[in-house]
Amino acid sequence: MSDSKVTFEKGNVALAKAAVAAGCRYYFGYPITPQSDIPEYLSGVLPRVGGQFVQAESEVASINMLLGAGATGKRAMTSSSSPGISLKQEGISYMAGSEVPGVIVNVQRSGPGLGGIAPSQGDYFQATRGGGHGDYRVIVLAPASVQEMYDLTVLAFDLADTYRTPVMVLADAMIGMMKEPLEEWVPQSPEPSKDDWAATGAAGRPGRRIKSLYLGDGELAEHNWKLAQKYERIRREETRVQTELPEGCELAVVAFGSAARIAKSAVDRLNDEGRRVGYVRPITLWPFPDEAIRRVAEQGVPLLTVELNTGQMVEDVRLAVEGRAPVHFAGYPPGYLPSPDDIYDEIVRRLPAGEEAA
Amino acid sequence: MKPVFVRPQSLTDKPFHFCPGCHHGVIHRLVAEAIDRFEVRERTIAAASVGCSVFLYDYFDIDVVESPHGRAPAVATGIKRTNPDKFVFIYQGDGDLAAIGTAEIIHAANRGENLTVVFVNNTVYGMTGGQMAPTTLLGQPTTTSPYGREFGQDGYPIKMTEMLAQLEGVGFAARVAVDTPARLAQARKAVFRAFETQMEEKGMGFVEILSSCPTNWGMKPVEAVRRIEREMIPYFPLGVYKERKGSDAL
Ligand SMILES: Cc1ncc(C[n+]2csc(CCOP(=O)(O)OP(=O)(O)O)c2C)c(N)n1
Ligand code: SF4
Repeated sequence: MSDSKVTFEKGNVALAKAAVAAGCRYYFGYPITPQSDIPEYLSGVLPRVGGQFVQAESEVASINMLLGAGATGKRAMTSSSSPGISLKQEGISYMAGSEVPGVIVNVQRSGPGLGGIAPSQGDYFQATRGGGHGDYRVIVLAPASVQEMYDLTVLAFDLADTYRTPVMVLADAMIGMMKEPLEEWVPQSPEPSKDDWAATGAAGRPGRRIKSLYLGDGELAEHNWKLAQKYERIRREETRVQTELPEGCELAVVAFGSAARIAKSAVDRLNDEGRRVGYVRPITLWPFPDEAIRRVAEQGVPLLTVELNTGQMVEDVRLAVEGRAPVHFAGYPPGYLPSPDDIYDEIVRRLPAGEEAA
Repeated sequence: MKPVFVRPQSLTDKPFHFCPGCHHGVIHRLVAEAIDRFEVRERTIAAASVGCSVFLYDYFDIDVVESPHGRAPAVATGIKRTNPDKFVFIYQGDGDLAAIGTAEIIHAANRGENLTVVFVNNTVYGMTGGQMAPTTLLGQPTTTSPYGREFGQDGYPIKMTEMLAQLEGVGFAARVAVDTPARLAQARKAVFRAFETQMEEKGMGFVEILSSCPTNWGMKPVEAVRRIEREMIPYFPLGVYKERKGSDAL
């Protein structure tokens, strides 16, 4: 880190600033609450730093603009919120299939359908299962603070380029709209060269194809296996998780994003009170940190998954645990944002000594 | 000896897969001639469509980005906005441009994107086996209008060139055909003008080319060529619908 300065910033703006710091000069989007601070900020800044801001006619168009920009090797981004992300899935599938890098931001609101604009984590399945058609994955980063809106966005651009794949930053209305201190920093790692694959005009070489259509005998299977190997490498090298496991842990809470920061307050209070409660926060939702969770379960520690939905990540937790320990679930679908006290009570209900109270 | 007919340099030597009598091959050639004529092969990036022209990248020795069905104008916007020094063209069928991709083409045109658009109108969805397109003529039977297109049920054939010519962002809009040598010459001129429009940064250069699909029309190639003059041109009149002159402000 260098040239760092601390400001008091909104999550969405922190994310937009990070994109600029990461060298992103091109943004394509369509307005939707609660992420509109991102295009509003970038529409002011990008033209002044030699970039382009395009307000597209739809989310469908904006993701395809990202596909075009990414195919030429340029760092570019689009952002939206849940219903808009559904519309982007076609383009995300094409980007994954054509191995085009790009950053997609989802500041989740609540669904299904038009739903509401309150924070939610209802898009976990959509984000972590690829979302569009076909056999592919998207790297999904889940910030839990304004600072992480910045840090993980910078990381998103690096990962997208390194693996030539779309990367999603999965935030929600709470992280996007709240203000916190932010330490801005300028990334030092150079943008990887794209000379060997990008569509830049066939100067002195044969034409290149950025494509996902493979009709030849066995060609598509080969392409799918190649993608699968890439995803395997990402799994090995890019899984990120924050784990805090006290000696003699009685129970560990698993949560991501805004649910994690609420849960963390409850976990800290319990530990202050002398209980031994662990905390596992997936930072990458795909690749999912199943090894870290398995290790907790192997010690026989029960887990409590807390999510702002009716139960999505808990399925991944159960898959990781494979029956080695009990997995409890506390879900808060849109409309009621839990307080640290709510989660405190949930944990206490699950703690061995608190079971009678349940 | 001076050769009078050579293969355009920007075409690969791969034989076209198109059905006998299909005009896609002729239109590919016109585009390749324009790339050669303006010497832009080394700075061209095309956005291919979905349809019988999806294999564009097999035939042109240039950089090509595949686009989802209908989205080529958006993909091309992304390419051109990030690479204003490059020459960017899109090539779309009528299903691609006038149905699933209507929003994308209208808004790219309205934004005045400096793109060259080659729009192949064969009044039918070719690749998927001859279903009704937005351009299908009244009375024309297709696999999904088996009794012939009927306006009460299916609406009227859409006239894209007339529509787009209205938009301020369009610098050049023309409809041409390639069914006779004389019209082929006019079509070549129109494609060249659409290329120049981009170079002069006058906004979108749009060429609609009436094209045959003998396979899905259930016609022999010669019959199909005749249909263009007899049935298509009367409904889709040829001509230059808009040409922004040098002094006109964009
Ligand atoms: C989202 C989506 N919907 C439908 C299709 C199937 N599809 C492929 S080609 C095509 C029609 C293409 O027709 P047109 O654009 O007129 O081109 P032509 O084949 O006649 O040259 C359709 C509907 C698709 N590939 N993607
Ligand atoms: S189906 Fe029609 S448009 Fe497609 S290649 Fe054959 S003749 Fe041409």
